[in-house]
Amino acid sequence: MAARPFRVLPGFGLTLGYTLSYLGLIVLLPLAALLLRLLDLSWPEFWRLATTERALAAYRLTFGASFIAALVNALFGTLVAWVLVRYQFPGRRLLDALVDFPFALPTAVAGLALSSLFAPNGWLGRWLVPVGIQGAFTPLGVVIALTFIGLPFVVRTLQPVLQNFEREVEEAAATLGAGRLRTFVTIIAPSLLPAVLTGFALALARAIGEYGSVIFIAGNKPYESEIAPLLIVIRLEEFDYPGAIAIAAVLLAVSFVLLAVINLLERWVSAWQH
Amino acid sequence: MRRWLAIVLTGLAVQALGREIRLLNVSYDPTREFYSEFNAAFARYWKGKTGDDVIVQQSHGGSGKQARSVIEGLRADVVTLALAHDIDALAERGRLLPTNWQQRLPHNSAPYTSAIVLAVRRGNPKGIRDWDDLARSGVSVVTPNPKTSGGARWNYLAAWAWAVQQFGDDETRIRDFMTRLFQNVAVFDAGARGASTTFVQRGIGDVLITWENEAFLALREYGTNRFELVIPSVSILAEPPVAWVDQVVQRKGTEAVARAYLEYLYSTEGQELAARHFFRPRAESVAARFAGRFAPLRLVTVDELFGGWRQAHAKHFAEGAIFDQITRSKR
Amino acid sequence: MAGTPRSRLDTRPTPARGVEEGGPVRRLLIGAAVVFLGVFLLLPLANVFYQALGKGWDTYLRALREPDTLSAVRLTLLVAAIAVPVNTVFGLAAAWAVAKFDFRGKALLVTLIDLPFSISPVVAGLIYLLLFGRQGPLGRWLDAYDIQIVFAVPGIVLATLFVTVPFVARELIPLMQSTGSEQEQAALTLGAGGWQTFWHVTLPSVKWGLLYGIILCNARAMGEFGAVSVLSGHISGQTETMPLRVEKLYHEYNATGAFAVASLLALLALVTLVFKTLLEWKQQRDFARAQQAPAQNSHEP
Repeated sequence: MAARPFRVLPGFGLTLGYTLSYLGLIVLLPLAALLLRLLDLSWPEFWRLATTERALAAYRLTFGASFIAALVNALFGTLVAWVLVRYQFPGRRLLDALVDFPFALPTAVAGLALSSLFAPNGWLGRWLVPVGIQGAFTPLGVVIALTFIGLPFVVRTLQPVLQNFEREVEEAAATLGAGRLRTFVTIIAPSLLPAVLTGFALALARAIGEYGSVIFIAGNKPYESEIAPLLIVIRLEEFDYPGAIAIAAVLLAVSFVLLAVINLLERWVSAWQH
Repeated sequence: MRRWLAIVLTGLAVQALGREIRLLNVSYDPTREFYSEFNAAFARYWKGKTGDDVIVQQSHGGSGKQARSVIEGLRADVVTLALAHDIDALAERGRLLPTNWQQRLPHNSAPYTSAIVLAVRRGNPKGIRDWDDLARSGVSVVTPNPKTSGGARWNYLAAWAWAVQQFGDDETRIRDFMTRLFQNVAVFDAGARGASTTFVQRGIGDVLITWENEAFLALREYGTNRFELVIPSVSILAEPPVAWVDQVVQRKGTEAVARAYLEYLYSTEGQELAARHFFRPRAESVAARFAGRFAPLRLVTVDELFGGWRQAHAKHFAEGAIFDQITRSKR
Repeated sequence: MAGTPRSRLDTRPTPARGVEEGGPVRRLLIGAAVVFLGVFLLLPLANVFYQALGKGWDTYLRALREPDTLSAVRLTLLVAAIAVPVNTVFGLAAAWAVAKFDFRGKALLVTLIDLPFSISPVVAGLIYLLLFGRQGPLGRWLDAYDIQIVFAVPGIVLATLFVTVPFVARELIPLMQSTGSEQEQAALTLGAGGWQTFWHVTLPSVKWGLLYGIILCNARAMGEFGAVSVLSGHISGQTETMPLRVEKLYHEYNATGAFAVASLLALLALVTLVFKTLLEWKQQRDFARAQQAPAQNSHEP
């Protein structure tokens, strides 16, 4: 089924050439511009700009909140995938279609909607703020926004795995007298793990770069609720190009590492499935 | 796909048919409402005078950020920014207009002025009366970031002016006061509008340092039942300047209209519109008529206290200068 | 990355005894999932429409009829009308090259196509600003020829192109790989030309996947915020797209206006979801039909 070299098919030169030149122009050339400007900075200078107190606080928030959000999504995403695949209940198809909503909704709208939900006079904030849960304009707001935008990843990577899961194994376990919980922990959970991890990593990668939804709901307060992409924008507005470039380079490096990890995980999942 | 094509084509056709003059006015934050009204007034005036339609488009943001966008290539016919230093940057860093631009229009090219005041929550629960209350512990302050916002730089200088009046030459005490004040800042937004949104809509902070006109606008939009103005014992006379950008208007052939646009700010109608939007007008006659809406306030100018913007910038806002020092001592 | 596997709900066979959770547990799990999705998906959606329509239809329609808002809608449509076709052509070319041929560095190429998914939109905007801004190497040259990219519509289009590069390609590559090349070869052997083969054999076999990619690409193109925000210059009526207009209105104390524009974008998201669900359903049906047909095409995943 894999593509063997069917050189009889035409268009290899044309399509590959086009693909490469398009990617070169749209993706690689601008990235090269960043790299070029990065090389203008000396190493100590780069290090100083990339690790100012404020930048460190921004990384901590970005990575920390992304991690928590991805974790929440790993837990609830597993739950949602499980419920959608295993159970029949009214409204199941609607919910299933809705899972992709965060992909389709522009991030600015998501941020606006969430911040007005969790603001002290919002539908949820009205009840939550009196009991001390400040969702809007705090670091918690960052987590909320990132949970929203990362929501589909775990569900969608897990669903096909659950779908193809061999029920016979569970049945065998049940026949052998294992309780449902024990079956889940010892039999089901381990085989779901690679997919959950992949979904987790995808959600994490998406969250780290996210900007639009977060700036509406976070307080954007330096050292406290200011995410790294926002700090890049602020550095740009201050005309501090080296500062912006240094932080962008750090984010970019993290993205590359995550991309590599995700590729490995995806290979692991497909190996597991076959 | 065919629908899209139709939309694109209509869009292009509309663009081709409308053969009006287009000006771009790159401005700072709290002028949105004023300029949207002024642009309509100027369009009427210009149509009557020359028969040409003129459409003035607006871009708003923190003053420093806006100046940088223009240097970076934003094609502004005119800039109406928060302080002279930002237009100086266009002249010096971008070579977009001559360095003597301030002499080209009356009043050092500042057709209206403003002051820096304080806005507090209804009932003034923290009992804020003057600048020293802002440095008290437990008071949360909202002001934009002086690195990006012109208004924020005026805010900073206004506080400094109070401290000078209080502590005289004792710069250690002045700095100590400024440090405590800026430690109380809850959010540094990029521009004045972002800061008032934070204060008004997000409900963050006990006091907002802002332009007089911006504070009045917030009061008007949200009603006096939520906020109050506090007029400090001393403030700074903010002089937001305007200029046409020679390199752009020459290229676009809009020099005459851009110039007329700015001169119209000094006309009676322009001055009245400014006053109605809570900018302090320059024209005596207009100022007299609107005197009731501006609180009498002791105002110092940047020239008398700080020796002009160039010096003020070098001492306070340049990289590593006092503002950086006092915010760095934060942590 | 955003091209994660799509939903494949089928009608479940009745499970064997002993492998189902008991009623209470099941209800608890369903309840938890519904509450989670309700809070995170339904409430924000409902909130947008509630805030937009809270002051009545008239206010809502007036907010949408504002000239600057209309021009933001036009610009958004224009940007999508350029970005989506361009990236569709790219996606077809890339998928053809990757799926039908073997060559060295293929894995690298696929990673490269995915790259824009994992780059922060802000960084995407930044790199274009560095390349085309007046301070950059190309900027001065462009300025001399009076070509405006940054803070003008071309910059917005380029940023959108960048962030939507992977959508169509990502959908098509696995699909074309799974259909193999036998049919194309057969067509060629029978004397069809290359283009003919592509139009009549390849394209029909991937049409749903292609449409699916186009729809997602369109949603992102219309909704992009971060990258576009860096490159826009925020000129009302000229370089403001709908998402930027939302932000601008919000800062102008015009919450109703902001939510009115936001409601259009939310509507776009809903339409996207409906199309997407329809396409998935069609694809599943085709898939089921192909499986029922005698196994001449038995290399499905």
